[in-house]
Amino acid sequence: MKTTNNIWFNLDWATVVLYLILVILGWINIYAAVYSEEHQSIMDMGQKYGKQLIWIIAGVVLAIMVLSVDSKFYAAFAYHIYAATILLLIAVLFLGKEVNGARAWFEFGNIALQPAELGKFATNLALAKCISQYDFKIQKMRSYIILIALILLPSILIIMQNDTGSALVFAVFVFVFYREGLNGMVLFWGFAAAALFILSLVLDQFKLLLFLLSISVAAYGVLRQNVKEPLIGFLAIIAMLGLTWITDSLFSLDGTPLELLMITCTIATVLFIVYGILRRIGEVWRILLFFIFAIGISMSVNYFYKNVMAPHQRDRIDQVLGIKIDKLGKGYNVNQSKIAIGSGGVLGKGFLKGTQTKYNFVPEQSTDFIFCTVGEEWGFIGATAVLGLFLLLLIRIITISERQRSQFSRVYGYGVACILFFHIAINISMTIGLAPVIGIPLPFFSYGGSSLWSFTILLFIFLRLDASRTENLM
Amino acid sequence: MDVFSKRKYLVIGLFSLTALIILVRLFYIQVVDSSYKISAATNVLRREINYPARGVIFDRNGKLMVFNQAAYDVLVTPREIKAFDTLAFCSIVGVEKEELVNELIKAKNFSRYKPSPIIKQLSSQTYAVLQEQLFKYPGFYIQARTLRQYPAKIAAHVLGYVGEVDQKAIDANKYYENGDYIGRSGIERAYEDELRGVKGISYKMVDVHQMVKGSFEQGRLDTAAIIGKNLVSTLNADLQGYGERLLSGKVGSIVAIEPSTGEILVLASSPTFDPGLFVGRERSRNYSKLLNDPNKPMLNRAITSSYPPGSTFKIANALIGLQDGVLQNVRYSCNGPASAPIKCTHNHETPLGLISAIRESCNSYFWQAFKSEINHFSTPAEGLEAFRNSLLEMGLGRKIGGDLYSETSGNIPSVSYYDKYFGSGGWNSLTIRSLSIGQGELLVTPLQLSNMVTLIANRGYYISPHLVRSIQEYDGTQDTLKFEKHTIDAGRDNYEMIAQGMEEVVESGTARASAKIDSVIICGKTGTIQNPHGEAHSAFVAFAPRINPKIAIAVYIENGVWGARYAAPIASLIIEKYLKGRIAPGRQHFEDAMINSDLISTMKLEGGD
Repeated sequence: MKTTNNIWFNLDWATVVLYLILVILGWINIYAAVYSEEHQSIMDMGQKYGKQLIWIIAGVVLAIMVLSVDSKFYAAFAYHIYAATILLLIAVLFLGKEVNGARAWFEFGNIALQPAELGKFATNLALAKCISQYDFKIQKMRSYIILIALILLPSILIIMQNDTGSALVFAVFVFVFYREGLNGMVLFWGFAAAALFILSLVLDQFKLLLFLLSISVAAYGVLRQNVKEPLIGFLAIIAMLGLTWITDSLFSLDGTPLELLMITCTIATVLFIVYGILRRIGEVWRILLFFIFAIGISMSVNYFYKNVMAPHQRDRIDQVLGIKIDKLGKGYNVNQSKIAIGSGGVLGKGFLKGTQTKYNFVPEQSTDFIFCTVGEEWGFIGATAVLGLFLLLLIRIITISERQRSQFSRVYGYGVACILFFHIAINISMTIGLAPVIGIPLPFFSYGGSSLWSFTILLFIFLRLDASRTENLM
Repeated sequence: MDVFSKRKYLVIGLFSLTALIILVRLFYIQVVDSSYKISAATNVLRREINYPARGVIFDRNGKLMVFNQAAYDVLVTPREIKAFDTLAFCSIVGVEKEELVNELIKAKNFSRYKPSPIIKQLSSQTYAVLQEQLFKYPGFYIQARTLRQYPAKIAAHVLGYVGEVDQKAIDANKYYENGDYIGRSGIERAYEDELRGVKGISYKMVDVHQMVKGSFEQGRLDTAAIIGKNLVSTLNADLQGYGERLLSGKVGSIVAIEPSTGEILVLASSPTFDPGLFVGRERSRNYSKLLNDPNKPMLNRAITSSYPPGSTFKIANALIGLQDGVLQNVRYSCNGPASAPIKCTHNHETPLGLISAIRESCNSYFWQAFKSEINHFSTPAEGLEAFRNSLLEMGLGRKIGGDLYSETSGNIPSVSYYDKYFGSGGWNSLTIRSLSIGQGELLVTPLQLSNMVTLIANRGYYISPHLVRSIQEYDGTQDTLKFEKHTIDAGRDNYEMIAQGMEEVVESGTARASAKIDSVIICGKTGTIQNPHGEAHSAFVAFAPRINPKIAIAVYIENGVWGARYAAPIASLIIEKYLKGRIAPGRQHFEDAMINSDLISTMKLEGGD
């Protein structure tokens, strides 16, 4: 089979076209978001859309430069790029300019650079290099520690810049590790912990304890693969609860429902242990461990939430979970964003006809809330189309990743998909009130050079690697 | 191939599932839930209200009594405020820094996104200075309004005042909304619909800063403001002012009516206040100050206080007797202070007829007249019922005003009232004898007394007393208001008999020294009303001239010692001023004495020990 090394021939043009469509759609929506009748032309360099156009052109130049570099360079210098980025992240803590309470920007005259943006592809490169080393086995404890260290280092530095949103992005690499052989249970427990986190905030203690108790009994049934035992367990717990309640009323002890449930739990646990010892059932200990672990987590969640988290972070979570509704204060952004999107209807109000975005009711509408303009002016149809384009891009990247011969390229490709996925999912979710507002941009859409360029570099390094998929990188 | 390549499906599945969740949510808020579309409209649309100027009020001679002056409210949208020089701002608008800070906090608590007024009713001078500097204070706006102005500081009770609507008014009438102004009392209240005009409403598209970006639907839904109509009042501003001066230092009231029309010339209540106190920045402070004043200056005593009429009531008593036919050619004897069951305080001829009885204010005569009037019927109950109905017909003990706000009805005790006290059949004319001389449970307003003499002056009719003569239409024509005419046919001769008696009161009777003026025949009647709480009240009713009367008047001075002491001189001074234009040199000592007398501080002194 004859292969050519011409990158223009091997380049995945489908992805390039998707990229260009998204960038141009983004530019059109930025124009609509800041549009005013008084503005002269769409090329007006004094306006955001004029600047974005410059950044798009610069982004294309940047993409061509990235493609021009030899593909071996990225694998060879992965650690160097990572180290340089870490140095920048440290430097910005001391030399950076503070914007909106985050010390995350270097400023050179008119150009501002955000090292956290570089951190995404730099970390991705380093992880790809690490995992693709031939003696690397992901199941080993040593590997876990190295991977976690590679992720934690930039994350902590970014958190120190007070940019928690960008730091959260790094959590998404767990899907990359999963693809590379990470035990599925880690993913499962991760999700379970997240679910528990949310439940601990939403449910009161009584309901939470009742829920955990029920889950434990059900889990026991799953482990033992029978129905009879958990059913008897359930009935026994209900009976005990009834008995404690009757005792409580008989002696007028005035116990709260939570106290009664806690007493029931204690008795049930003792009986459960006795049962396990007598019958020599090993699963009892695992369930017990799960139960105690879960209670521990839910208790620490409340502590973490009340004492560690910053008030504004707590507010954002409260708004999403509906614990507190404050449409004029803390929840103003999201409420206005939902009004803008919701008022778009099926077909939207039409290009430049969105009143909510045009008259500035939605804050940050050209950056973090750019999706509002899509939703308001193009309606459900337009929003679905944009969502579809993004999904198409993600699936395309995964598909390309899977065709790589080199593990480095594949890991990097998954990293690209996952980083984009996190941004897209969280950004759109926060505009419709599904996720807390953590201030991360919508890839290719949001106004701003730093984020556009970093996503461009992130994507085009992968396209460069893919163009050389037939070569041996290491 | 590596063993984990199947895991790509899970990753793709996760991506797709997330997209699906977002899609469902989008479908819900964009297609299913329509509330966001309503919220979007309320965000963008702003109803702008254009307040029309309120109609002005003239007196009967075209003298301006109330007009409008531009004033300016400062509004603030807390969200848009940037740090600013508070001291400079405070010195421009003339408020203390603490007050400004307090108002800003209040505004913030109301809404951070909506404008709320923080400084109300700035003068146009202050506005001019602030307007130039306003660019330094983002978030602050100015809204124009009109304020009521009073060229002469008179007739506060009659004109009433304008204030912000309360929730009750908003609930009662859909026209009003928060922040609107409404007439709260007096003419402002009674003629609110005419005076206020119709506010105009226009719909504007605004951005988040409430900056207007254009009209909505090319202004198809907008309505224009219609200016309020002007009123011509029946008051004589000069006479009103004169009356208020005569009342100074006293608690009481004057009501003067033009008999032929029922037009109220003077309606003064004392103590009074400057109507301008209810306008401008100091408004609420002044309001509570007046509200807490023990002399109750805000009370319009001429129509909302009711008193026993005392001897002035003998006119009504006489008229009823004449109507019933029990007093014609009848003489009753009087034993002076030895009379029973009611003493007579005056020394005079006996026996005496109606005219002399009025002149001498003879208690004995009117007790016996009353007895005849009651006993003219088969039972005391029927007699009292008829007596009471005659009084109500005359306009005593009921609301008679054609356009008066806050008028009280007074009280004529009814049969059931006495039945409750003494049991049915347990009382007779003797039991209720104090009615005969206008004492006891009988309560009437000064307005009703004035109207009673109007009836005599007109010899048989009165027109519901009123304060507004006509409304100026937009085409410049005057829409003259019509008020109800009440006729009481008691025979011309009978009315002349009463008039004769009243003339003699002033010529040679109880008011001869205090009410007589040159070349005008005044018909009057004094009243001295026993008051268990202090000095007796002083009352005087009169009309003049006797032929073709131009003015009917009632004066009531609380704790005025006796009828001829304060009420009669004041009434005669008003009549003289009105009919002759000036006070004769020989009577100016009355004028000085009335203006300078101070019963209020005397009362306070007495109360102190």
